[in-house]
Amino acid sequence: MDPVALFTLQLLNALSLSALLFFIALGLTLIFGIMRVINFAHGAIYMLGAYVGVTTQTLTGSFALSLVLAPLAAALLGLAFERSALTRLYAREHSAFLLVTFGLALALTEAIRLAWGPDPRQAELPAALAGIVFVLDEPFPVYRLVLIGAGAAAALALWLLLHRTRLGLLMRAASQNAAMTAALGNDVAAVRAAVFALACGLAALGGALAAPLFTAYIGLGTSVIIDAFVIVMIGGMGSFVGTAVGSLLVGFAQTFGNFYFPELALGATYALMIAVLLLRPGGLFGREE
Amino acid sequence: MLALRGLAGGYRGARVLQGVTLDAPAGQVTAVIGRNGVGKTTTLRAVMGLLPGVEGEVTLAGERLTGRPPHLVARAGIGYVPEGRQVFPDLTVEENLRVGQRRPSRQWPPERLFALLPNLRERLRNLGRALSGGEQQMLAIARALVTDPRVLLLDEPSQGLAPMVVRELAAVLRRLAGEGVAVLLVEQNLRLTEAVADRILIMAKGQVVHEASAAAFAAEEEAVRHRWLTM
Repeated sequence: MDPVALFTLQLLNALSLSALLFFIALGLTLIFGIMRVINFAHGAIYMLGAYVGVTTQTLTGSFALSLVLAPLAAALLGLAFERSALTRLYAREHSAFLLVTFGLALALTEAIRLAWGPDPRQAELPAALAGIVFVLDEPFPVYRLVLIGAGAAAALALWLLLHRTRLGLLMRAASQNAAMTAALGNDVAAVRAAVFALACGLAALGGALAAPLFTAYIGLGTSVIIDAFVIVMIGGMGSFVGTAVGSLLVGFAQTFGNFYFPELALGATYALMIAVLLLRPGGLFGREE
Repeated sequence: MLALRGLAGGYRGARVLQGVTLDAPAGQVTAVIGRNGVGKTTTLRAVMGLLPGVEGEVTLAGERLTGRPPHLVARAGIGYVPEGRQVFPDLTVEENLRVGQRRPSRQWPPERLFALLPNLRERLRNLGRALSGGEQQMLAIARALVTDPRVLLLDEPSQGLAPMVVRELAAVLRRLAGEGVAVLLVEQNLRLTEAVADRILIMAKGQVVHEASAAAFAAEEEAVRHRWLTM
């Protein structure tokens, strides 16, 4: 195969992986930015999105509907969890938050195992998305291009939310000084709840988008949450731009690492993280606190 | 306008407020002075609802505010200019102002606001962190004003400002009182206090221990200084 074509295909593969990672890392970083805590349940929410997506598609035959219902279900679950459990924990030690969200991750994983059984689930892509296109005379799955577009659209939508809406303004203000945001008449608790629901919805959308490629299986959440943590560390905790750049770096490191140095592939992501953190301990776009 | 009755509370293990009672009437500047650690800042935080578990009562024009969360205290009509200004460093000046505006300000539309605080107009696109101390202070005041407050709480606004900026600040506070706002000013800077205050209250050990009109305070300043203000 022509090396230029080969490289181009790997580039597109890397971008599509970056797009999927972006959905989950973005939610983590939004939550961290405004609540200063890590949501350990985020991988399980992503996995839930994959299962709900597959089931929606199996029952209704509509892939588009699965991309609506999966994030909606996860956002509602996230909202209920934030309002009932997390809202009491913000004033406490961070370890309480970590333990409770870790507990949610375990409970959710078991609930999924009970509801869907231990076997992986997969749904077929609709015909329009299942085809291939030719990139530099080489075949390439259309769906991976769709993923790239979805990731770019999500990045744009989030940027617009953050910079063009009142909710976005309050998210940015509260991430810098929550007490002052409240003292100016804004209900920061409501902003937190909205952010948590939004972040869960994004993760589930990522899961539903990933399901046709990777199938939905128990453990999907665990494998992806680690990548998401790495992305957030590389980009800088709480930084939107950092998360976008981090997703790209990790997607590229994994794809190209796998292809050119398969025996070192597992280490590529961590080597990248260590290198970044040595040079900039707060991450590329983060502030040291 | 604003009335505090027997406000008591503090942080874990330290009961900083021991029954603070004071009034901040509309159209007047009420200044609270006192040594470090007597509870001046804590008093303002307690009014704002930023201090959990406060005993006593805070009322605004007869409406009880005690126990409300900060955003509802603010919406009731209390503007807060905190210690250290606390502008949002990574928001622009314009965005800092918008955080306080759930709807466009009725009392302080842009023309009036920039007539009062002209320096902010040219800085609208700059980040909060890029402003000088004086500009940050004016922004913190502007940001509180656009919430249309009936009461303005200011915590050490003169801190770190050049004397000329402190004079500007004094003029702004007099203007606000002239507009009918109840200004409650916590200060260490006696020069600012004497320049703007109608009444001066002295706090010691978590209580208001002395109260005087500005004129009476000037006459007894030496004695007051010796008894409550010198370390």
